[in-house]
Amino acid sequence: MSDISIAEAPAGVEGAGFFATSLDKVIGMARANSLWPLPFATSCCGIEFMATMGSHYDFARFGAERPSFSPRQADLLMVMGTIAKKMAPVLKQVYIQMAEPRWVIAVGACASSGGIFDTYSVLQGIDEIIPVDVYVPGCPPRPEAIINGFNKIQDLVRSESLRRRDSPEYTQLLAKYGIQ
Amino acid sequence: MSNFITEITPNRPVYTDNDPQGDLTTLNLGPTHPATHGVFQNVLQMDGERIVSGVSTIGYIHRAFEKIAEHRPFYQITPLTDRLNYCSSPINNMGWHMTVEKLLGVEMPKRVDYLRVIVMELSRITDHLICNGILGVDTGAFSGFLYLMEEREHIYEIFEEICGARLTTNIGRIGGFERDFNDIAFAKIEKFLAKFPPILKEFETLFNRNRIFIERTSGVGAVDPETAMNYSWSGPILRATGVDYDVRVNEPYSSYQDFDFEIPVGTTGDVYDRFILRNEEMWQSLRIIEQAMEKLKKEPKGVFHADVPEFYLPPKEQVYNNMEALIYHFKIVMGEVDTPKTEVYHAVEGGNGELGFYLINDGGRTPYRLHFRRPSFINYQMYAPMSRGMLLSDAIINMSSLNVIAGELDA
Amino acid sequence: MGKISNQQLIEKLSTQFGEKITSLSEPFGLLTFEVAVEDIHEVLGLLKNDSILKFNFLTDITAVHYPEKEKALAVVYHLHSFVNNVRVRIKVFVPVSNPTVPTATSLWEGANWMERETFDFYGIQFSGHPNLVRILNVDDMTVFPMRKEYALEDPNRVDKKDFFFGR
Repeated sequence: MSDISIAEAPAGVEGAGFFATSLDKVIGMARANSLWPLPFATSCCGIEFMATMGSHYDFARFGAERPSFSPRQADLLMVMGTIAKKMAPVLKQVYIQMAEPRWVIAVGACASSGGIFDTYSVLQGIDEIIPVDVYVPGCPPRPEAIINGFNKIQDLVRSESLRRRDSPEYTQLLAKYGIQ
Repeated sequence: MSNFITEITPNRPVYTDNDPQGDLTTLNLGPTHPATHGVFQNVLQMDGERIVSGVSTIGYIHRAFEKIAEHRPFYQITPLTDRLNYCSSPINNMGWHMTVEKLLGVEMPKRVDYLRVIVMELSRITDHLICNGILGVDTGAFSGFLYLMEEREHIYEIFEEICGARLTTNIGRIGGFERDFNDIAFAKIEKFLAKFPPILKEFETLFNRNRIFIERTSGVGAVDPETAMNYSWSGPILRATGVDYDVRVNEPYSSYQDFDFEIPVGTTGDVYDRFILRNEEMWQSLRIIEQAMEKLKKEPKGVFHADVPEFYLPPKEQVYNNMEALIYHFKIVMGEVDTPKTEVYHAVEGGNGELGFYLINDGGRTPYRLHFRRPSFINYQMYAPMSRGMLLSDAIINMSSLNVIAGELDA
Repeated sequence: MGKISNQQLIEKLSTQFGEKITSLSEPFGLLTFEVAVEDIHEVLGLLKNDSILKFNFLTDITAVHYPEKEKALAVVYHLHSFVNNVRVRIKVFVPVSNPTVPTATSLWEGANWMERETFDFYGIQFSGHPNLVRILNVDDMTVFPMRKEYALEDPNRVDKKDFFFGR
């Protein structure tokens, strides 16, 4: 008997020979368990992400087996580390290049708020230029915290409506950041 | 005929056979390239696979450390030094503490010195582990990295036991440590000393005489000692060229003169030499830690800071219950302690080379000026010139063996 | 520590440069002196190429801003002689109105980025530098942020303002 557990099926109507549920839930389940992260690691948090990716914490077991270094093929942008004002346009371009649906997680104090670096050269939180879904506190956060943040993203992905990305609210949200 | 696009709009570019094509390709490597482990941008002119010229752009995580340092009291600068070279934060912490202690003329008890040596050498091992592990990944050998990352976790557990943090440690205070090492920490160090050598040995057997690895790294990025010194290189990459300059020996700090260890030097300064040299330095670090553990047994127990109440922050319980401690705490935090109005330069051997602190004090609460001599910044400037004529894939492993840490590079 | 004591060093320097060296001091055993901006290149060159002193290693170049002084900007050089294992610190003072210092890149290639950094932070014009442009800050920055008159904090941020304590 293997102790590997598979993802739980979403709630639905079950009977002899059939199982019915909504498409949103099935797709949400599939997406949540195969998120391809793009590690945008700039500084200290990136080293802690290396530990998360390594054998000890094994990030891959949550379906993030393949860190995608091309933004075109990534679902999740993980911003780890200080984003200086010089770097901000690069980060925004990476975000724009990502295909929908896309999620963003700000790992660490610097990415969330500028952290201890309240200086002329540092962007005071990446949410000034791109929308963020989950913030992970810590300077740097422990690998467990990064994993917890990733799990929170999975919850969001699982419960997201398929039509959210077409809704006028979402367009408005992006317009607020000057994206399309 | 009507299918032909006659109008060129920005979104519909049309390429024709007549488009201008130069002999050289421009390749933009970075700032977020997966092969560069950090935020470096190099715009390279390529002739096929060979690099003709390159321009490095840095500053993508410039955080204005030196400006912040002018606005923070001495004891609040330690967390900044953590984030310089975050692969070996304790060395930076200790370097900063020792700079201030030199300024204040505080003499440390031997036991504190030895404890510091243990912490610094452990973090030198973490630094070299990452560099050599990543070099393995870049040459196509992932397994070495996985072995080493597991060991690095054990060192982080020791740091956690000592100070509570893993990466950005903020170990110690000006005047010693904030608390004594507990028994678990010593037990973990002993365990690490017993367990790590076989794994490092195994890692070495995977690489040192591995034909693929040697072919890939030997002769790549060879530098002669004159050029290296002309570019102000320091640390392992300078020693790999054959110059035996190590701050630990040339200007011993923290009682390094009490220890018996060797400074390995290379011959050609290529990537292979740097790899071997870093491995050898890890062995030497282990030797130093073993000696320090022996020496500690002879020192009086329970001494973990110098007896300098004017400069050493008292424990919080005493601040709340003891008048004297409260006064000292107030004076230190508000910057009312008299400090000499002078300037001091103190260097330590960081993971990447000579990490210097140039501190100008005007007697105020904060430094008048604090300049970090950051080895990564100074080492990295040779990267573009030395990449000339290299294959692109060689330039990548050359960069990983320089072990440039973005936080230290951009400050 | 070193093979040459500071006293010998001072004698050697004063016979060689005489009046050009001023304000000699030894904070924490590190020989420090000032040189006029016209002489700095010559002094650095002689220190580097001297057959006995052999200050072959340029440890660092940086600058300091003293707004109250007439010559408000100081460029500080740290040199190191590997052979004799001795360090020396050299200062050059220049006014803010004309912060021009000859470059050291002709002596050490490694001075290139150190001078660019110093220019970036303090606006010191190193004459003869091959590529004196900003290195750490964004290219379109107009000020030299490390000078004392410029604030540390990000001016765009409003949520951290405190009535009593500021930021």
